[in-house]
Amino acid sequence: MNRVAIKMLMGDRAKYIGIIVGLTFASLLITQQMGIFIGLMARTYGAMTDLSLPDVWVMDPKVQFVDDVKPLQDTVLYRVRGIDGVEWAVPLYKGLLKARLDNGNFQTCNVLGLDDATLIGGPPIMVEGKISDLRRSEAVIVDQVGAKDKLAKTLEDGTKVPLKIGDTLELNDHRAVVVGLCKVTRTFQSQPVVYTTYSRAVTFAPRERKLLSFVLAKVSPGENVKTVCARITASTGLAAYTREEFQIKTFQYFMKYTGIPINFGIAVALGFIVGTAIAGQTFYNFTLDNLKHFGALKAMGAGNWLLVRMIMLQAAITGAVGYGLGVGAAAVFGYSLKDSELAFKLPWQLLIGSAAAVMLICLMSALVSIRTVVRLEPAIVFKG
Amino acid sequence: MTALETQLAVTCRGVVKTYGGEGNRVYALRGIDLEVRTGELMMLVGPSGCGKTTLISVIAGILDQDEGTCEVFGKDLLHLKARAKTRFRGENVGFVFQQFNLIPSLSAAENVAVPLLINGVGRGEAAARAVEMLKRVGLGDRIKSLPRQMSGGQQQRVAIARALVHGPKMIVCDEPTSALDHETGHRVMELLREVALGEGRALVIVTHDSRIFEFGDRIAKMDDGRIVKVVESAEQLEH
Repeated sequence: MNRVAIKMLMGDRAKYIGIIVGLTFASLLITQQMGIFIGLMARTYGAMTDLSLPDVWVMDPKVQFVDDVKPLQDTVLYRVRGIDGVEWAVPLYKGLLKARLDNGNFQTCNVLGLDDATLIGGPPIMVEGKISDLRRSEAVIVDQVGAKDKLAKTLEDGTKVPLKIGDTLELNDHRAVVVGLCKVTRTFQSQPVVYTTYSRAVTFAPRERKLLSFVLAKVSPGENVKTVCARITASTGLAAYTREEFQIKTFQYFMKYTGIPINFGIAVALGFIVGTAIAGQTFYNFTLDNLKHFGALKAMGAGNWLLVRMIMLQAAITGAVGYGLGVGAAAVFGYSLKDSELAFKLPWQLLIGSAAAVMLICLMSALVSIRTVVRLEPAIVFKG
Repeated sequence: MTALETQLAVTCRGVVKTYGGEGNRVYALRGIDLEVRTGELMMLVGPSGCGKTTLISVIAGILDQDEGTCEVFGKDLLHLKARAKTRFRGENVGFVFQQFNLIPSLSAAENVAVPLLINGVGRGEAAARAVEMLKRVGLGDRIKSLPRQMSGGQQQRVAIARALVHGPKMIVCDEPTSALDHETGHRVMELLREVALGEGRALVIVTHDSRIFEFGDRIAKMDDGRIVKVVESAEQLEH
């Protein structure tokens, strides 16, 4: 009877398309909005995504998220290096400095100062130049998107000329020479990212008593990362997190203190409700239109369980097609805007989540229809 | 008549059926006694609202009576569990409806195969038997046609093929000719007598179409929930 169920469903073209459109819309809206939400939230810890080598981030205990820098004394670095289980530890400067542009405007940049000796924490992908070029005098590496847009030179006719190797910048009244262009994970604030050495970064930065933002440490082979974190905290009184823990802490901060989750939550809920309303209503109408056929099947000996299976199959097919189209459309949307400012991620967990949401919509739609068909008296077939 | 043919297909005794609750109770059947023999075409006739459809629904096992017994091939359907009753219907009763009730998106052969599929027959065998049955009702050339591509008479022949394909012992028809013109109605009745009324099968037809009374072996006239007369020819009905 599966084929009969499928043909009944697809035979009513208008309603079939109506149900599919409803589910596609719901699936698209849920997946797309959640994709943007995940993409946006992933940007909150974008700086950490690019810094994958160190196992441990050491910071002031009051730090709430990655951009909430509370500087440490330089001596902290040596204390961390002296703790059992720490293979190496390097300093990281992270701060927002103003770059003066050719046209006189100022642009805030996210400056990362890397350990002078090892350059650990450097950009993940170099587009032009080498990381080792940072050892040259006044050298900085600029991220490609920033170089093309916010740090680009503007000609008199308004056209933008991207920053290129050899160009100079003024960072907090200090001359800096671009020696490379890189690709970085986009950050939440979307400011240009500028890499330089730690010692140079602290000269760029405004005078402060303490300038060390984080200490990045690697755990010795065989050591448990969490155990080493606990040792660092016990020994220095500072907070020490694994990269994942610090990402979660940052993520949670934005979840708690920004309106992003509720805004996206509303959009996702709207997609779910509208999808349920359209698909559910159309599916129910489809069942009502076929009620006399279901009645005839019942009279001819089809039991309730057989009819329930038929309706569930119809719901599953519409769900699968609607989900596929919706997720496909969301993926095309994300792919077509991959080079834009749009934050969009489509992890497998999201695909499962939106599948579950569409399944729930189908289940609710099917249940209303099932209730009607199960209660249906087969004697209806003799009522002309 | 042979011994098999004189066997009773349906025995109703004191069947009462009411609709509505206290205060607005309506009697649809008021103590029906009726016997239908195998190999017999029994017609239930009478004015609208006389209880014909209710009686045929009780006989077919799709409606439970309030009082009395109705045995179909020796089974008291009222006391069968729902699942057993459904299975009994699937195996022993064929239905022909006034509006044909063919599924519009299925071809003639697919529609005819439905009762077999419900009874668990494999798709291949069901399709072959459906085609065979369509040939028996003269629609061998319309196997792949959709209902909308066929005339009313052809659709009713498909419905008859569907009612017969699984070899039920009883066929119940509700106004099988009312949606057809006189000539087509006659041909459908000839077909029902020729194809359906064999092999010890019983036919119960509800109709108020006096033009087809001549096809009945017996005619039970109903009025106000009662059988007022059972005769053997349309002429006797007049007296």
